[in-house]
Amino acid sequence: MSNNTQPLNDIKLDDTSACINHSEKKEAGFSLLKYTFIGMLFGIVFVKAEIISWFRIQEMFKFQSFHMYGVIGTAVAVGIISVAIIKRFNIKTIKGEKIIIVPKPFTKGQIYGSLLFGLGWAMTGACPGPIFAQIGAGLMSGFVIFASALVGTWTYGFFQEKLPH
Amino acid sequence: MIDLIARLKAPWPWYIAGAIIGLIVPLLLIIGNKTFGLSSNLRHICAACFPANIKFFKYNWKNEIWNLFFVAGIIIGAFIAAHYLSNPNAIVINEKLKLTLTNFGVTDFNHLMPAELFSLNSLSSIRGFILMVVGGFLVGFGTRYANGCTSGHAIMGLSNLQWPSLVATICFMLGGFIMTNFILPFILQFN
Repeated sequence: MSNNTQPLNDIKLDDTSACINHSEKKEAGFSLLKYTFIGMLFGIVFVKAEIISWFRIQEMFKFQSFHMYGVIGTAVAVGIISVAIIKRFNIKTIKGEKIIIVPKPFTKGQIYGSLLFGLGWAMTGACPGPIFAQIGAGLMSGFVIFASALVGTWTYGFFQEKLPH
Repeated sequence: MIDLIARLKAPWPWYIAGAIIGLIVPLLLIIGNKTFGLSSNLRHICAACFPANIKFFKYNWKNEIWNLFFVAGIIIGAFIAAHYLSNPNAIVINEKLKLTLTNFGVTDFNHLMPAELFSLNSLSSIRGFILMVVGGFLVGFGTRYANGCTSGHAIMGLSNLQWPSLVATICFMLGGFIMTNFILPFILQFN
């Protein structure tokens, strides 16, 4: 896609983590607002289903409530069926392009990184999506968590080549 | 009409929330060939604001600007929900969890987050600092190291039947289980 600045062995990593835009058609201005509308729906759901609540996350990891398992399980089920339908019937985008989903290549980083992320998720009660929803809901703690998460991402970028993958 | 508004203001059930989140996967694919994934936005913001000549942040983040528009929507939607659709009743929390937290002096059960742990004031307490600052760091560092989060791996990756995403999902559920049950009781002692 856009990345000619990294050596070959990094491109695999990069293809999935940054360049996930497979539309060849350029979009700008008002056309991008459709993503904002979908995001708004998502933000409302995050707050109204209490997915941004630290209590709900604690209940999940203590097996004290079915709620979060229900949310994630339903989302995965709907997602699997939707993607299967798209593939089976070769459904195109609204602009007539073929739909492309890049496979997720396996790296050991998925084990180390996911374990670390899991620790952080249970501490803050927020994964990256809900962090933005916490900010929108006016929770001051959301800004702190967001700033720390940016520092974490930046630190990963700084040490990326030295970390085992 | 009043009944509808009352139902919108009450907490939404898991099957409604799960179905809407799941439908975002095909919606993004069909309207723009976009793959659902939120943690990469943290990378795009770093690339846009603090690239610091680091290779990992040298790419054309503007190609991914749709995702930042998506995130802007999340912020607006959360604002709308919190201000115009907020639940008039206190949040319902499992009694066992309440008891556990009360023993650590956490007694604010009226909001989505307990104020004793998550507020600007609690930032000066050891446990508040660890939970918000160290926790936030682990979220940002871990998701990038893992190349995805709950949306990119658990929802998008599993929807596309990717086994690496299943490994990632199991690992972050395991990490969360260890934190909540074994490490958090230790952290919460440091008020």
